[in-house]
Amino acid sequence: MNKVMSIFKNTAVVTPFVAIIIGLLLGAIIMLIGGYDPILAYESLIIKIFGSSYDFGEALRTIVPLIMSGLAVAIAFRSGMFNIGVDGQIIMGSLGALIVGTQLSLPPLLHALTAIIFGALLGGMWGALVGYIKAKRGINEVITCIMLNFIALYISHIVIRTYMPQAGTQRSEMIHSSASIQIGWLSELMGGARIHWGFLIAILAVIFYHIYLNKTKWGYELRAVGLNPHAAKYAGMKVPNVMVRTMFISGVFGGLVGTFEVLGVFKYIAINSVTSGLGFDGIAVSLLGGNTALGVLLSAALIGGLTYGSQGMSFGAEVPGEIIRMVIAFIIFFVAAPGIVRLFLKPLQQKLKKKV
Amino acid sequence: MEIIGNLLNGTLVFSTAFIFAALGGLMSERSGVINIGLEGFMISGAFFSAITAYYAEMAGFGSFSPWLGLIGAVVFTAIFSSIHAIATITFKANQVVSGVVINILAASSTFFLVKMIFDGSAETPLLASVFHKLTIPYLSNIPFIGNVFFNAYPTTYIAIALVILLYFVLFKTSTGLRLRAVGEHPSAADTVGVKVNRTRYIAVILSGSIAALGGATIVLTSNGNFAFNTISGQGYIALAALIFGKWNPVGVMLASLFFGLAQAVKDQLQIFEFAARIPNEFFYMLPYVLTLIVLIGAVGKARAPKALGEPYEVGKR
Repeated sequence: MNKVMSIFKNTAVVTPFVAIIIGLLLGAIIMLIGGYDPILAYESLIIKIFGSSYDFGEALRTIVPLIMSGLAVAIAFRSGMFNIGVDGQIIMGSLGALIVGTQLSLPPLLHALTAIIFGALLGGMWGALVGYIKAKRGINEVITCIMLNFIALYISHIVIRTYMPQAGTQRSEMIHSSASIQIGWLSELMGGARIHWGFLIAILAVIFYHIYLNKTKWGYELRAVGLNPHAAKYAGMKVPNVMVRTMFISGVFGGLVGTFEVLGVFKYIAINSVTSGLGFDGIAVSLLGGNTALGVLLSAALIGGLTYGSQGMSFGAEVPGEIIRMVIAFIIFFVAAPGIVRLFLKPLQQKLKKKV
Repeated sequence: MEIIGNLLNGTLVFSTAFIFAALGGLMSERSGVINIGLEGFMISGAFFSAITAYYAEMAGFGSFSPWLGLIGAVVFTAIFSSIHAIATITFKANQVVSGVVINILAASSTFFLVKMIFDGSAETPLLASVFHKLTIPYLSNIPFIGNVFFNAYPTTYIAIALVILLYFVLFKTSTGLRLRAVGEHPSAADTVGVKVNRTRYIAVILSGSIAALGGATIVLTSNGNFAFNTISGQGYIALAALIFGKWNPVGVMLASLFFGLAQAVKDQLQIFEFAARIPNEFFYMLPYVLTLIVLIGAVGKARAPKALGEPYEVGKR
């Protein structure tokens, strides 16, 4: 019993949960004010996620890129850098996968593998460029990232329009089926939900992230630089190398998001005037997850699940799905400012104490 | 010559929004509070200007309604930006996190409200009266220069006036000195009697209001209404302009003009024959590539305010 109680007293665990509850409650209050039915809305949200095997599969598919872009942002944060350029790294990754997927003819497994690796490397290089410019020239990574996001977007448009356009449409041609990473039998089993091997890679990436950060020399250096780059330098660590290396890994994570979306989900790239925004969602995921491996996994599941379920809300309860984005913002806000949560918690904890 | 004139005139139009938003960011960051939320404040400004101007039109304010739109954007976004202030200053939340929250919250709540108010519609109704270009008598008749500088939207003049005003306040008055001191060395400022947290509150709330003018500019001059894609990335470009301009009002204006020029070039280039043979995206990309090259090559290290990102705690060294 004491152990259970101690969990409830541990603010690091309690705060996120309370934040989620307050966030959902605030969402409900806003729905009430707007004249909507919050209970019906949340009900249709849950039904949308768990209602059918197809929906559950698609919800999982929504979570996968969030795990990866969350990890991409998180690893940069841990080294003291703000990677706001994951969107660009995703684009380079998807472009790499598209080039290999459409231009080469290889046997099935090899083709997909080559496409993934090429995309990941391209994303990694795009990330490493940010680290290199910061390490060599001391230029704030935020501005480099923003510029590289736009540059990546337009490069991909030029390449697609010049070398692999689908005539008459605003998108590229399809990849060869040999490059697909969709899991055919599982998709069929789940009513056509686009389940792909990226899910497995994402789980492996979470494990890799945990081990790399906590059990390796490079990970130790990364954290040291993140906590205090000057101290790390005087301790003999090569700070520039750490920056470039970290941003490379971050970019690989981002690039993999792009390869999954192309090889596993859409099979082509649509020419949009703006970036996907998945990288910016990754910022939310990493912040909510406290930049730890498990935290990123859980918060990606929460944010991805809520986001997918919100489509059901507009359908089932005629509530604009944007309310869920607001709820997500509230949750992150309360996690970031635990002082506010404590205001809510104090009276509650005092009541608990009285009962004991 | 005429093309260059049009180009420069277009530059001013596009730059205005960037100038406002980047100046907003400057206010906050000079006081030591990171403002990733510029995009969100622009969205908020765009939304509230559209709503206020729309209802002002309904109430029969006519050509005065865009001015009320501007005021609405400033006032409501000031309230909205107090969220960022409370979170980062009073509750010492991570400033980047709070800014990200501002961006998500602004985008989601404005679309939610638009759908709620206008029965599921994804955009606000088109405004009947928006700002028109102001032609300054006599001055606008000067060949070339007249068309470029004296035939612009009123918001452009406000933006440029604000640059001069902020430069003067920041570097020539004691108020400005206090603000900068709070951003550079809060405990020293505290020691000599500057109220650190109060200064930051004012700076952050002003920051939101000024950035809101940027969003309002886009609605009240070029777009004429608010939709989900009215603001798509301009706040991040403004953030880049802030860093590129080294946290200095004049530098920020020049950087904003540069990004505005890039947008204007897009519009003007279609005229030329040689441009038709090169993919358009090449020109879209050019400004960002040039910015990177300039940053890497010439400018050297931009120095952020020293206490940027650190909540102020009394007694902390």
